[in-house]
Amino acid sequence: MKNVDVLVIGAGAAGMAAALAAAEQGAKVLLVEREDRTGGILNQCIHNGFGLHYFKKELTGPEYAEIFREKLERSGIDTCMEKFVLEVDVNKKEVIVVSKEGIEKIHPRSLILATGARERPFGSLLIPGDRPSGIYTAGVVQRLINIENRLPGKRALILGSGDIGLIMARRLTLEGMEVVGVVERLPYPGGLLRNVVQCLEDFDIPLLLSSTVVEVKGKERLEEVVVASVDEKYNPIPGTERTFKVDTLVLSVGLIPQVELVSDFVEIDRSSKGFAVSNTGQTSVSWIFAAGNSTVIYDLVDYVTYEGEIAGRSAVRYIDGKDVGKTKVSVEAGENIGILFPKWFDPLEDLTMYIRVRKPIEKGILIVEGALERKVEDLVPSEMIRIRIPKNRINASEKLKVFIKEE
Amino acid sequence: MSARKNVKKSWEKVHRFTIVYVIITYVAESEERATFPVWECGSLCFLGGDMLRIVVIGAGIVGSLIARELTKYDVEVILIEKELDVGWGVTKANSAIVHAGYDDPPGSVRARFCAMGNKMYTELSEELDFELKRIGSLVVAFDDEEIRVLEELLKQGEKNGVPNLEILDRDETLDKEPGLSPSVKASLWAPTAGITEPWMVAIAAVENALDNGLELHLDEKVVDIVVEKSRVKKVVTERGEYEADVIVNCAGLFADEIAKMAGAEYTLIYPRKGEYILLDKNVGNLVKRIIFPTPTDISKGILVLPTIDGGILLGPTAMDLSRDRKRDLTTTREGLKEVVEKTKKMVPGIDLSYAIKTFAGLRPESPQRDFFIKASERIWGFINVMAMRSPGLTAAPTIAKYVVEKIIQEDLKINLQKKEDFNPYRKGIIRFAELPLDEWDEWIKKDPLAGKIVCYCNRVTEREIVEAIKRGARTLDGIKFRTRAMFGRCQGGFCMTRILKILARELGVDESEILLKSRKSWLIDGRVRE
Repeated sequence: MKNVDVLVIGAGAAGMAAALAAAEQGAKVLLVEREDRTGGILNQCIHNGFGLHYFKKELTGPEYAEIFREKLERSGIDTCMEKFVLEVDVNKKEVIVVSKEGIEKIHPRSLILATGARERPFGSLLIPGDRPSGIYTAGVVQRLINIENRLPGKRALILGSGDIGLIMARRLTLEGMEVVGVVERLPYPGGLLRNVVQCLEDFDIPLLLSSTVVEVKGKERLEEVVVASVDEKYNPIPGTERTFKVDTLVLSVGLIPQVELVSDFVEIDRSSKGFAVSNTGQTSVSWIFAAGNSTVIYDLVDYVTYEGEIAGRSAVRYIDGKDVGKTKVSVEAGENIGILFPKWFDPLEDLTMYIRVRKPIEKGILIVEGALERKVEDLVPSEMIRIRIPKNRINASEKLKVFIKEE
Repeated sequence: MSARKNVKKSWEKVHRFTIVYVIITYVAESEERATFPVWECGSLCFLGGDMLRIVVIGAGIVGSLIARELTKYDVEVILIEKELDVGWGVTKANSAIVHAGYDDPPGSVRARFCAMGNKMYTELSEELDFELKRIGSLVVAFDDEEIRVLEELLKQGEKNGVPNLEILDRDETLDKEPGLSPSVKASLWAPTAGITEPWMVAIAAVENALDNGLELHLDEKVVDIVVEKSRVKKVVTERGEYEADVIVNCAGLFADEIAKMAGAEYTLIYPRKGEYILLDKNVGNLVKRIIFPTPTDISKGILVLPTIDGGILLGPTAMDLSRDRKRDLTTTREGLKEVVEKTKKMVPGIDLSYAIKTFAGLRPESPQRDFFIKASERIWGFINVMAMRSPGLTAAPTIAKYVVEKIIQEDLKINLQKKEDFNPYRKGIIRFAELPLDEWDEWIKKDPLAGKIVCYCNRVTEREIVEAIKRGARTLDGIKFRTRAMFGRCQGGFCMTRILKILARELGVDESEILLKSRKSWLIDGRVRE
């Protein structure tokens, strides 16, 4: 049995930031990670574009992770690899962990969940057809190529124009595979515009909007993928089918926050499907905090780092008995808001909100009732809006309503 | 090896006697039936005086259990399978239900085997260490006409010897399953129905049979059956030839084609497709029992049921295909839509955002809609075990006994001698995550790989993966169906690349040689950089 002040689960971007921030406050921190190294998914993201906000310079994923890895080494934080959390006992405040060393019980005064996200699998899309090999999620392909030095096939189609899908289109092309197109159900791309330009347009890879995969064919290995246009309700339009002869289908169809470990007793946000947290990172269970993609799927790792730091600091503040969570104002999504983070506002911290609109908006006014009104333009669901409001500017006792008026 | 020699010796002792016995009884018998000419019996000595050899074609659940049943006796048993692994045909994709036995018309072969098979599963699961959960089944009725059908099913079940059937009223039904639609009117409760992993029954049976002397040939398609003077002579595969005294045809969807090769009687096999949707286990207790709609003449309908590892399975559809589509395992837009619509009618809380996998299976259906299990009257030594449509899984253990004890020993008059050293027990791969923590901890002290979680969703350790490879897994699906790794909510997104590496390491091959499930289902094309 081990007693620690703060236990952090997951040593990706959020977990590393949280552990470091907690240790800076003088807490005894234990960081556990199920993989064999720290850094999480950053390790396989060898493209650049990381750190522009946080470090004011452009880094690759492994470079970004390395900075935190070095800080961790210097910090003296107890960091354990290849340890898998089996159970969190909310009543006993006990966390059970398994590793090659055996089963261990850890008693933290505060717990930070930085469990990240997983990719939506092919099976969840209910796409008809065969079940051959050659259908991979983008993350698996990224790992195969960037870490394992392996190519998944020769000719690929990509379903989903999320950032990972766009980046993999470029990666596969650079590594000698032929990418015949990126298929997107929506009438606009799912990833950042800079990625559409740098990953598709620069390489002449067609982006097929308002289209989807309606059938996969191949008894053993994938042989053909049938793509059709969709109507406004995303139903395939008969007669628009096109067949692509490919041996590889790469899926970039969304990430799902990993909450299952504690979802029986920690509140889950209905829109993000991640842990519902306040702006301190505190969940519905007062001693449990969460940060990163397990709370909401972020666009940028820099944001994940900021939120991880807040959670780490707040967890220590909670242990020190400084009233974290004493006052909580609910933050509510109104008109045109798709995803809204955080769920609650705690006046101990400034309020940093992350918003995804429900549909593209050309011009409008973002209103945070009683706190802020701001003109916004060219909003798309794929690009998160980040707004920071100082705590003393917010007058709200019961709830804080957020909405966008279209102009 | 020495055990096998002993087996041979003990066989030799009884060998001469047996042949004499067979010849005598056969002469007597043949005068009545006149199917086999008397002179044929003069050549009734088994493969040049060596041990009697029985070749079983098809390592689905039926073939595997028959092969295991045969290894209880002093015979040479060869099991030949065209796929890369055991249980990968019809056995791999069905509803995984051990039926109570009320569905089958009294007097049918199905009825004879199903209710008894259900009972046999308890002992079988103990001997072979596979999971069986008798969670019970409810057939739900939504109107008076359907209630009448329930009453008929109850009577039919009682005739078939199904115990403890009961008709529940609306409140009792909803009490048992609060997730059912409130418009339900009544249900038929069958507490003896259960769920299992059909492929695991086949794997376990084969592992146990191997331990008792079975010779297994995977990845070998049978291309011909040689018959001499109306007796089976040998089985020819893509890779070799196997002389045989008796051939048991358990080739599932392709059993009619195998029977044709031998010139034996057969019934035509039609594939009936069933499409399924699997929901992740975090749907929770949506239902705790097997939920059937009221059946029609054609099928048992589209069901909602828990899977053995806590997920929820929806399906199957019943789409009859032409005989040339025995490899058509495609799911269809219409089929999946039908599954969703029909199951939501019974259980409105079904949430498709929990879907993690869709798949289709084929059931081998015949025009008679009944099992076709008998020795050929034309070709001596050829036994058909075909058209194993539902409830084939449930009936399989009974059928195995029937084929060995009735058909081989009584009908073919082959006197099999029981082995003294048959070991009926097989131990499954230990699922560490299901053990009490202190026991798991002790295992890790002995082998640290038992503490290394590879599959996060289903908590499968590296030791389990390595053990599966030691027991014969050669492919990703081989690992998946033996350990449940990659079976969970991420469908291998996190662990597939790691399992590829473990497979390559343990088998001593390059990762690019690892397959998903069949010869051409390659996963990796080459290296990015040399």
